[in-house]
Amino acid sequence: MNGVDRTSSRVAIEVRDLVTHYGERKILKGVSFDILEGEILVIMGGSGSGKSTLLNHLLGLLRPTSGAIRLLGVDITKAPPREMQALRRKMGVAFQGGALFSSMSVGDNIMLPLREHTRLDRKTMEIMARLKMEVVDLAGFENLMPAELSGGMIKRAALARAIVMDPKLLFCDEPSAGLDPVVASSIDDLILRLRDAMGMTIVVVTHELESAFKIADRILVLDKGEIIGLGSVDEIRNSASERIQNLLHRRTEEVELDADAYLRRLTGEE
Amino acid sequence: MLTQTVRMLGRLGETVVKGVAEMGFAAVLLGEALFWLAMGRRREQPVRLAPIVAEMTEIGLRALPIVTVLAVTIGIMLAIQGIYTLRMFGAESQVVPGIAFSVVREFAPLITGILVAGRSGSALAARLGTMRINQEVDALQVMGISPVRFLVVPPLVAMLVMVPSLSLWSILVALGGAGVYVSSTLDMTFAAYARQCLEMLTLGDLAHGMGKSFIFAVLITLVGVVNGASVSGGAEGVGRMTTRSVVQAISAIVITDMIFVFLVTR
Repeated sequence: MNGVDRTSSRVAIEVRDLVTHYGERKILKGVSFDILEGEILVIMGGSGSGKSTLLNHLLGLLRPTSGAIRLLGVDITKAPPREMQALRRKMGVAFQGGALFSSMSVGDNIMLPLREHTRLDRKTMEIMARLKMEVVDLAGFENLMPAELSGGMIKRAALARAIVMDPKLLFCDEPSAGLDPVVASSIDDLILRLRDAMGMTIVVVTHELESAFKIADRILVLDKGEIIGLGSVDEIRNSASERIQNLLHRRTEEVELDADAYLRRLTGEE
Repeated sequence: MLTQTVRMLGRLGETVVKGVAEMGFAAVLLGEALFWLAMGRRREQPVRLAPIVAEMTEIGLRALPIVTVLAVTIGIMLAIQGIYTLRMFGAESQVVPGIAFSVVREFAPLITGILVAGRSGSALAARLGTMRINQEVDALQVMGISPVRFLVVPPLVAMLVMVPSLSLWSILVALGGAGVYVSSTLDMTFAAYARQCLEMLTLGDLAHGMGKSFIFAVLITLVGVVNGASVSGGAEGVGRMTTRSVVQAISAIVITDMIFVFLVTR
C-alpha cells in the first residue's frame, strides 16, 4: 500500500451523502467516501457512471443538490469565495485533454498559476516552471505552442502546470486515456513518482483497468451514480460483486426488460 | 390537436425562459466584469494591461482599413442619395445638413458597431466556445483565476475604448467622403462643405453618436461572451454559437439603436 497507513493518516478529502442532478436526472445518488493524505485513489466506472460528474464536484465546478464535500477541512459547497480561493492554490488539476491555453507557449502555460498567484519575478518563475518540466520529462519544450505537442506531451505539460504550485491535492482526469501503452505506462510512473516525492494526495479518474491497478492505493468503483465497491486493488480485483466483475471483464450488464416501458419509449408517449 | 397546442406553448415558454435566463446571465457577467475591474487589485487578481492592449489592437487597429473603406462608401452613398432626393425639389444645396446629421448620429456608429460585431464579437464567441469545450475555462476556475477577469474584462475594456474610437474615425472619414462627392458634383467647395458641417453639428450630436457606440460595445461583448460560454457539442456547437452571436449582436445593435433614438429625441 505504498506507505499509506490507514489507521493514522488524516483525511484529506471527505465526501458525505453527495446527491447531484443534471436537470431532472439524478446523477449521483448519495455518495460518501474519504481519501487519506498521501493516498492515490482511483475512481473507476463505465461511461455514464457519474465519475466525471463526481470529479467536477470535487473540483468545485458544479454545485450539488445536497451533501458535503470537504477538501483539507474546507466544505467547498459552502465556502465563501476567499476561502475557496485560498484552497484552490493547494489544488492542482490535470484535465483529460490537457486544457492548455492554446494562445500561450507551454512554458507560459505552466507559469500561469505562479504569475497569477505569486509575486515572484519572471526569472524565478521560469526556473520553477523548468523544474516542474524536468519532473515530467518535458525539459526544453517550454517555447513550443500546445498545438505542436504530441498527446503524451500535452498530458505531461498539463501535469506540470497542475503541480507548479506544489499542491497538496492533485486531480487527474483520464491521465493515460488515448495514449499508446508505453507512454500511458510512463504517465502512470510519473503519478507514482509525484506522490512519493511530494506526498500529494492524488485522485485519478480513469477507465483504464491496467493503469488503475498499477497506481491505485484504493479503487472506488462507481456505477449508475452509486459506489459499488471501494477497497484496495486486491479487494476490488477479487470482489464477489457481479457488477464489479462485469466492469472488470468488460461485460455488459443484462438489461431488465419491461415490455410496457419499451413500447412507451418507442411511441414517444413517455 | 390539444396536445400539439400544449407542446407548442411549452416550447414557446421554454424559449422565453431561456432568453430571460441569458439576459440575466449577461447582466451578471457585466456586473462581475465591473467588479473585477474595480476590485481586482484588492483581491490580488488585478486586470492586466497587456491582454487589453492586445485586444485593442485586434478589435481596433486591425479593423481600421475596413472601417475606413466602408465609411467612405457610406458617406458617398448618402451624398448621392441626398442629392438625388433633393434635386426633386431643386434643393441640392441643402444636402449638407442631411449628410452631417445622419452620419454623426446614425450611420457611422451603426456601421462601425455592425462591423465590429461581425469581426470581433464572433471571434470572441468562437474563442470562448473553443476554450470552454477544451476545458480551458474549467482550468482557469480550478487554478483560482476568475474566468470573467481573465477572459471577459480585457475584451470589454478594449471594446469600450475602440468601438467609440472607430466610430469617431468613421464619422470623419464618411463626412470626408461625402464632402469629396458633394464638392465635385455641386457648386460648392470642400472648405465650404466642411464649414457648413461644423456650423450645423453640435456637441450634442456627437454625444448622441458616441453614446450609442458605448452601448454597442457592451452589447457586442456580452452577446459574444454569453454565446461563447453556452457552447456545447464540440466544434459544430462552436460554429453554431458563433453564427448565433453575430446575428444576435447585429439585431441587438439595430434594435437598441432604435430605442435609443426614440428615447433621446422625444
